[in-house]
Amino acid sequence: MSALSGLLDILKGDAQADRVVPRRGHSVRLTLFTSGAMAFLAVFALALSLASGRLADRWSEALARSSTIRISAPAAQMEAQIWAVLEVLEQTPGVASARALSEEEQRDLLEPWFGPDLPLEDLPVPRLVEVIETAEGYDPDGLRLRLAAEAPGAVLDDHTRWRRPLVRAAERLRSLGWISLALILGSVAAMVTLAAQSALAANVKVIRVLRLVGARDHYIARAFVRRFTLRALTGATVGTALGMIAIALLPSAQEEGGFLTGLGFAGLHWLWPLTVPILSAITAFWATRAAAFKTLRSLP
Amino acid sequence: MIELQDAAYGYGGGSLLSDINLRLAPGSFHFLTGPSGAGKTTFLKLCYADLHATSGRVTLFDQDTSEMSRDDVAQARQRMGVVHQDCEFLDHLPLSENIALPLTVAGRGGAEQDGNLSELMGWVGLSARADALPPELSGGERQRAALARAVITDPDVILADEPTGNIDWEMSLRLLQLLVELNRMGKTILIATHDLALIRAAKAQVSARVLRIAGGRLQLAGADL
Repeated sequence: MSALSGLLDILKGDAQADRVVPRRGHSVRLTLFTSGAMAFLAVFALALSLASGRLADRWSEALARSSTIRISAPAAQMEAQIWAVLEVLEQTPGVASARALSEEEQRDLLEPWFGPDLPLEDLPVPRLVEVIETAEGYDPDGLRLRLAAEAPGAVLDDHTRWRRPLVRAAERLRSLGWISLALILGSVAAMVTLAAQSALAANVKVIRVLRLVGARDHYIARAFVRRFTLRALTGATVGTALGMIAIALLPSAQEEGGFLTGLGFAGLHWLWPLTVPILSAITAFWATRAAAFKTLRSLP
Repeated sequence: MIELQDAAYGYGGGSLLSDINLRLAPGSFHFLTGPSGAGKTTFLKLCYADLHATSGRVTLFDQDTSEMSRDDVAQARQRMGVVHQDCEFLDHLPLSENIALPLTVAGRGGAEQDGNLSELMGWVGLSARADALPPELSGGERQRAALARAVITDPDVILADEPTGNIDWEMSLRLLQLLVELNRMGKTILIATHDLALIRAAKAQVSARVLRIAGGRLQLAGADL
């Protein structure tokens, strides 16, 4: 029985052959429940992985192309220093655009920490200038020197300091998501193996009778493999459907919500969870096949 | 077809059967007798490769059973009908499906199964019990069903271990009649039994050799049988 023909046999089925193994037994519920629960978790692991992947890409791209200049100066000099900074930036190669954030924009940035009624005009809050780079980028050391000469209160923050750990964290999170998926599939394989071994051990008499009437081990194994594969497929389909519903019911992604509200699938990524039941069935097929042949070899 | 050459079988250091030489030629009819525990069932198990000889050689359809793979054994068993003493069935399947099991596992279900099954169930008087589960059957019904299961594939060889142990004389004769007819069709028959009356009834209809196991050895039984 090659793997491919084995899988095709599973799909095609054989009503008579299916009946030779009793349907009763706790392994039925165990397999259905566990594969369903694992598929549910797999959908979340997949969502985590894909969302953190998107996040890593977004942070990486957005932060790599922007930087900020913070200007701290007495109120009387503030406007002059802003103009000086903008003039320097205009002459700096590698800068695509630059603009000073308005008071409203700065208030919006601070609102999550200080509340909506922040009296920004009464506080010595530095002014921010947003810099967007060209693809080639600018020379940060050269720019710092020019700013020090033209606008002594200006400090360049090119985001490198905190961009790298953030992107690295998001990438690690994505890797953890994939590792979780692999572990979940491994757990499905282990669970199905145990359930199949238990079912085979409970059916030693059935196996003996089948062998005495001329059944080959492939025939006996196929009856068990088909049953466990279909159970895993059924359980995983239900688990995946519930997982996808749960993901769909999460609050939609919003800027102010940050990472948690972005946990989910976007666009064609919704097709990814559909692979979970198929992967579960393939895992169950191989796990049961290995367990069945091992057990059959050990029986006299 | 089945041949034992200097075959012996023992376990735990003891010897149950030794120096067994026998050739079951195609179309032959043999009875095997002997006291309980003499090794009749073990002898039959050697013949259908459920046990392997500890020394000597057993060949089944020209293959040495000690060299046969599991698939080879399964293939050989598809050409044999075996009635086991304990008449084991699949308890979750109705009787009709149990009797048809050798056809099912050989991939010969469908029309062939339908045709043979109803006729055979009528023959062994179990038509009315087709839907019964094995645990609901009496000992006699189980033995008749076991015989029906053994012959449903139209096998080349039929091995039966005490096939009439739990059934009345009338049914025993009917089953014997079935085996005699199969033998006349060229099937090879080997029956292990205590039932000397059955052997005499058979010898009145067919040329049968009677073998006896005594002291772990196979002998030709006396003319009194």
